Amino acid sequence: MTGEQIIFLAVALFTLGSGFMVVTTRNLIHAALWLISTLFGVAVVFAILNAGFLAVVQVVVYIGAIAILFIFAVMLTRKDMRDQGPQTNQNWWVGALIAVLVFGGLVFLLQGWNGLSKTAADIPSGFDAVAELGNELVSPAGYVLPFEVASVLLVAALVGAVYVAFNRK
Amino acid sequence: MTTETLIWLIPLPPVLAFFLIVLLTNKNKALSHTLAVGAALLSWLGSMIVFVRALGVEHLGEHPFESSIPWLPTGDTWLRIGVLVDPVGAAVLFFVSITIFMIFLYSVGYQNFGQPEGDHDHKGLPPHGATVEEHGHKHVVPSVEPMYSRFFAFLGLFAFGMYVLVLSDNLLTFFVGWEIMGLCSYLLIGFWYAKPSAREAAVKAFMTTRVGDVFMLLGIAYLYSATGTLSFREIFSETILHTLATVPSGVLGLSAAGLIGLLLFIGTIGKSAQFPLHVWLPDAMEGPTPVSAMIHAATMVSAGVYAVIRMFPLISLDAQTMTIVAFIGAFTALFSATIAVAQNDIKRVLAYSTISQLGFMIAALGIGAYVAAVFHLITHAFFKALLFLGSGSVIHGMEHGVLHTGNHKVDPQDMFNMGGLRRKMPITFWTFLIGGFALSGFPILTAGFWSKDEILADAFGHGHWAVFLTLAVAAFLTAFYTMRQITLTFLGEPRTKEAEHAQETPWTMTAPLVILAFFAVTYGWVGIPEHFPLLGGLIPNWFHEFVGGTLAEHPEAVEFNFIPLATSLFVALGGLFFGWLVYRNVNSAAEDRLQIPLLKNKYYFDEIYDRVFVKPAIWLAETFVSGWMDKGLIDGILHVFGPVTDRLGSFIRNYIDLPVINRFFGDGSADVTYWFGGKLRAVQTGRIQQYLMFALAVFIAVGAALYFFLLA
Amino acid sequence: MVPLSWFLILAAALFSVGLFGVLSRRNAVAILLGIELMLNSVNINLAAFWRYGNVLEMAGQVFAVIVFAVAAAEVAVGLALVISVYRTRNTVIADDLDMMKW
Repeated sequence: MTGEQIIFLAVALFTLGSGFMVVTTRNLIHAALWLISTLFGVAVVFAILNAGFLAVVQVVVYIGAIAILFIFAVMLTRKDMRDQGPQTNQNWWVGALIAVLVFGGLVFLLQGWNGLSKTAADIPSGFDAVAELGNELVSPAGYVLPFEVASVLLVAALVGAVYVAFNRK
Repeated sequence: MTTETLIWLIPLPPVLAFFLIVLLTNKNKALSHTLAVGAALLSWLGSMIVFVRALGVEHLGEHPFESSIPWLPTGDTWLRIGVLVDPVGAAVLFFVSITIFMIFLYSVGYQNFGQPEGDHDHKGLPPHGATVEEHGHKHVVPSVEPMYSRFFAFLGLFAFGMYVLVLSDNLLTFFVGWEIMGLCSYLLIGFWYAKPSAREAAVKAFMTTRVGDVFMLLGIAYLYSATGTLSFREIFSETILHTLATVPSGVLGLSAAGLIGLLLFIGTIGKSAQFPLHVWLPDAMEGPTPVSAMIHAATMVSAGVYAVIRMFPLISLDAQTMTIVAFIGAFTALFSATIAVAQNDIKRVLAYSTISQLGFMIAALGIGAYVAAVFHLITHAFFKALLFLGSGSVIHGMEHGVLHTGNHKVDPQDMFNMGGLRRKMPITFWTFLIGGFALSGFPILTAGFWSKDEILADAFGHGHWAVFLTLAVAAFLTAFYTMRQITLTFLGEPRTKEAEHAQETPWTMTAPLVILAFFAVTYGWVGIPEHFPLLGGLIPNWFHEFVGGTLAEHPEAVEFNFIPLATSLFVALGGLFFGWLVYRNVNSAAEDRLQIPLLKNKYYFDEIYDRVFVKPAIWLAETFVSGWMDKGLIDGILHVFGPVTDRLGSFIRNYIDLPVINRFFGDGSADVTYWFGGKLRAVQTGRIQQYLMFALAVFIAVGAALYFFLLA
Repeated sequence: MVPLSWFLILAAALFSVGLFGVLSRRNAVAILLGIELMLNSVNINLAAFWRYGNVLEMAGQVFAVIVFAVAAAEVAVGLALVISVYRTRNTVIADDLDMMKW
């Protein structure tokens, strides 16, 4: 077991554990906070994968914006400060079963693939992933079109969200 | 235009007039009669041109004007129809066209054109007079016929039929013309259809001639099956005639020619009102007088004789048939002359006279006197048409008197109500006199003498004593009843008030009389026999030469003998004298000693036929066929169908349709679906998590199935 | 030295956890939390395949960036909807939002 593997295992356990807490804890604010820790774990995973930009964006956007948004939403939709009753619905066991089956299915499918035990190749020296990503995002020969379309999508979502949640008085 | 084309066109104007009047100008009286008379004039002009051209052809009999077209495909060959004008055809065309034209013209006046409409005239009844105010004084005048245009339309159709018959070159179109005239005689005899007597007379005429027509059709069919052709020229070729004469027909020992001739002759018996099918002609007087003239003098009955004339080469092949023909002709001549003597109605006398004269012609043909028969046919047409139109004029004059006195019980057609009319209606009198003398055979000056004399001469000259005697007696009676008629009608003093107030008729009626009288006098002079004392040889016997050329063997003129001439003179003059002698003092029917019941009732033939034929036929139709078979049997069967179907239907409805199909299948499937739907809709909970779970469960299942069955 | 399979299994597990959360949580906001987990697992997958494939091909990272944007948009709209529903129906329990029931 190399050091990398140990670190990875720790991070993975942390992430999965937080995720599990997200979906089981009764208190919604706690759930949101557990989400933040899960997201943080994912950011570390990105860092392990040498995707530095993604790690930073994960923290800034997901944790900094989306998780905050969740907390706001939880606060705005509480009848009182206490959460009453069970937080899982009647058929939670069906959901659990399905989740297990999906996991099992995915793992089973992965068994047949021979590229599994690949180890990571070395990154060529002088290769700046971030600069390269930026180039690709705005280069016409690259992915500028999906990039711009994503922006349009965001505008649409923005307008939609404002319209839907607008308080007409 | 070639003569053949002109011949094709001759029948066209009358039928065009018929269609135009029926379809377009029915309301307009003046236009209708103009169309009709104009058409008759055109046909007459065409006929005259053809006749004149025919006169100029040498040996017209050997190459007549003919033209035919292939018409009906019959296997490999064609049945051809066409026109033919040979000498006899030309001669007949001459008189047919002019008499038709005269009758058309006459009808304008007869149907009272120009007179006001009647007070209470109905379509279907004869017109009854209109009240007119003149200088503050009311009197009744004759009114115009309400169905004026219809009359001319039918006359046009009639003329068409006659022209088709005269001009055709084959038995098929001949028969077509024959039947068209049969139809028109029905239509015209029953012209005043609201009178029951007219309706019955029309049916009687049609039915009786139809009996004859059936046999004629049989004859035509037999002829066609034996020879394969209906064209006259082909039938009268040497080979076919020889075949027909020798092949036995198997009926009554006659040869094929004999049987065919007999069957065709039966058609003539019907159409020309010979005994025993004579009963329709007197009743046909119910029609307006121009109709009587047309049908019963000039055209239709002549068509019967024309048929025998046309088929003479065939009929003359068999001696037995010829004997039958001669017998029937002579018998009818005498038989109907005896009936004519006892008739009171002015038109009935003429009707029986027609039957009698036709008998003369038929007898002449039966003894082989071809030319004499044609001659008599033509002269008879002229003077009989003249007599009928004259009688119509007399009746018109009498009706004027009836309207004047207003006494409608007086029959304007009864001779015993007339008298002294020679002063009131001079033109009618003189023309009628000429016609009557022609009918009687007044010597030299009238055409009837020449033609009748020739028949008697022929009978005597060839040794047919029975025919000669019979015809001589009939000729005597003819003169007798003719003079009776003239005496009672015109001579003496008026016997009734109505006769006193009679008036001469307008020019449209008297002009035709004059024209026909001219022919009645002069036509005889074209056929003066060569060896006649004094006059013979002065004018060549053109008629004999011309018409005789029709036959393959030109008939010989009979040798002159004094006995038939003397007989002729005796019967004619004697009959006339006796007629005048007896009747100049008879003033009423009661005084007339010849009004024997047997004669008056026409030997009770009508009653016999009624009992033997008519009543059984009616019984068969009404009781047997209509009552028992149609209403009883056939309707009975149908009446069973109704309830059976009804019960079957309700069974199916109530026991199969409603419970099984409606309730079980229809409602049942609806209920099942409804129940299922009710159970299934529990799935729709509205909760998206459950939807998602379902989706994923299915996804997993399908994915596993796909993986394991397809990829593994 | 970490084999690729470990990353993929991590992503699969995270995905299943998120799926469980979506299927069985009562609160609508909690459902959205589960969705976020699933999206993150997808991102891990993408980044892993980028790293363990051809590093010079930026498609993996670009796709991950796009997924970020889409996730953000979806969260915004989703939460706006939840709030709007809460205002009218006064509830965020998913089971109570069953107006599409038969």
